[in-house]
Amino acid sequence: MLRLKKINTYYGKVHALKNVTLFLAEGEIVTLIGANGAGKTTILNTISGVIPASSGEVLFNDCQVTALPPDRIVRLGISQVPEGRQVFKPLSVEDNLDLGAYLRYINGESKVSIREDMVQVFNLFPLLQERRKQLAGTMSGGEQQMLAIGRALMAKPKLLLLDEPSMGLAPLIVQEIFRVLNQLRQENGTTILLVEQNARAALKLADRGYVLETGKIILEGSSVELMENADVKRAYLGKDRGLP
Amino acid sequence: MNRDLIKFLAFATLILATPQVLSGSYLMNVLLFVGIHTMLAIGLNLLLGYAGQISLGHAGFFGLGAYLSGILTATYGWNPWLAMPLAASVVGGLAFLIGFPILKLKGHYLAMATLGMGIIMYIIFNETIGLTGGPSGLSGIPAISIGSLAFDSDQKNFYLIWSFTLGMTLLTLNLTNSRIGRALRAVHDSEVAAQVLGINARLLKVQIFALSAVISSIAGTLYAHTMTFISPTSFGFNFSVELLTMVVIGGLGSIYGSFLGAALLTLLPEFLRGAQDYDIIIYGALLMVMVKYMPGGLVRGVPDLFRKLLKKRGARHA
Repeated sequence: MLRLKKINTYYGKVHALKNVTLFLAEGEIVTLIGANGAGKTTILNTISGVIPASSGEVLFNDCQVTALPPDRIVRLGISQVPEGRQVFKPLSVEDNLDLGAYLRYINGESKVSIREDMVQVFNLFPLLQERRKQLAGTMSGGEQQMLAIGRALMAKPKLLLLDEPSMGLAPLIVQEIFRVLNQLRQENGTTILLVEQNARAALKLADRGYVLETGKIILEGSSVELMENADVKRAYLGKDRGLP
Repeated sequence: MNRDLIKFLAFATLILATPQVLSGSYLMNVLLFVGIHTMLAIGLNLLLGYAGQISLGHAGFFGLGAYLSGILTATYGWNPWLAMPLAASVVGGLAFLIGFPILKLKGHYLAMATLGMGIIMYIIFNETIGLTGGPSGLSGIPAISIGSLAFDSDQKNFYLIWSFTLGMTLLTLNLTNSRIGRALRAVHDSEVAAQVLGINARLLKVQIFALSAVISSIAGTLYAHTMTFISPTSFGFNFSVELLTMVVIGGLGSIYGSFLGAALLTLLPEFLRGAQDYDIIIYGALLMVMVKYMPGGLVRGVPDLFRKLLKKRGARHA
């Protein structure tokens, strides 16, 4: 479904992604794990067109999408949940969700079908329905994360890019959010690329994973393989190899 | 929406009734300026209050609209009704072209770029003497007329200007309550998040910049034909700052706030005239006090003040 070929991305002079190659098959959940500054977010921003790659190719369903602006990418069915949630704080929950369907409104889709999808989002996150009229900025971090995911879903994406949905949230809420992601995959067949620092939770949910270090992919494999890998265990899962 | 419409109708009735009370007085003339300033403040508010982009050069668009229709009508004998849309399209097109490169900038840098834009236009008004008359101004601009009805008195101009201002108010109220208004506020709050939802933030910013320039240009045309004389000093940097102050004092992101800000800043100097040389000090002090105690602008601050006063009275009675 999605294929990155030898992607190189720069921030000015900083070489943030070095020859990154990865793929996602339809219906998969794939996770990117790595330390701060490894380039996880940059990969997502490159795919969504926010920071265009300087070389390499991004293919979505075998179409070139490398140099497209973000709005075209969303049109094709890729939605990003940006890092740090970035809900529109002065706007209500409902307005935030409506904005998620911005392009569908522009394309002249009926309000009824968009309403139906909002009901779907409320089914996934009942809390949001209770807070429909509340300003997004007055909600807790977990609620804002749910809103950010709901907002991205309003675009009816085929591929969802999630940037650290567990950031700064209580373990119980992280569990809840991951449960919903799993449900999304099973019920809607949504493909998900998940960036996480919480490697343990991410690998439990995902089918496969890539490990990123200073802009390079250093390891890839199924979640089970990665969880068993000694280096991954030591560096990302907090298990020491045992002192002598 | 219905409630908004009732609010608007009440506002329009109130405005259109004022000539009944003030007919013939000097204040009628001041109210013409309130109308023009309201239009300008609404235009700038779309940009600053909704889309979150600053402009320190809007007086330039205002001046360009005034000069274009002034020159076309006074020098070339055009009908003002033709000059107005032509001026507005030229100004809108120009803003669109300027907007693409400069709206890439943010914050202070955008302020600097728009400041430069305003200054360039001011210099052009001053230096193209053959066209604009330079510093001594352009005179002999005809009044606007419909058939045999010429808008040549304060009272007639009041209705002309305010029908434009009210029309603009209704238009912008609709715009800001629509999908586009939501998208603007989204861009204001977080451009990245707006982008990843598929909002073409850059294009939207440029479009709103152009729209606000068009509104300023129409205000400029009306100004030129009401005054029948224009000179560059009305379109300088000071006026850009005054417009900015109107928008902030009135309330960012509120159309009625723009009216309040424009009305206050236009009427206040008239009422302070009694204080003679001290008027500018009082004026400045009032602005400081208002910004300190009503950071949300008059449109939010005044109702808050009333609520507080009522509470205090209620507490005393209890």
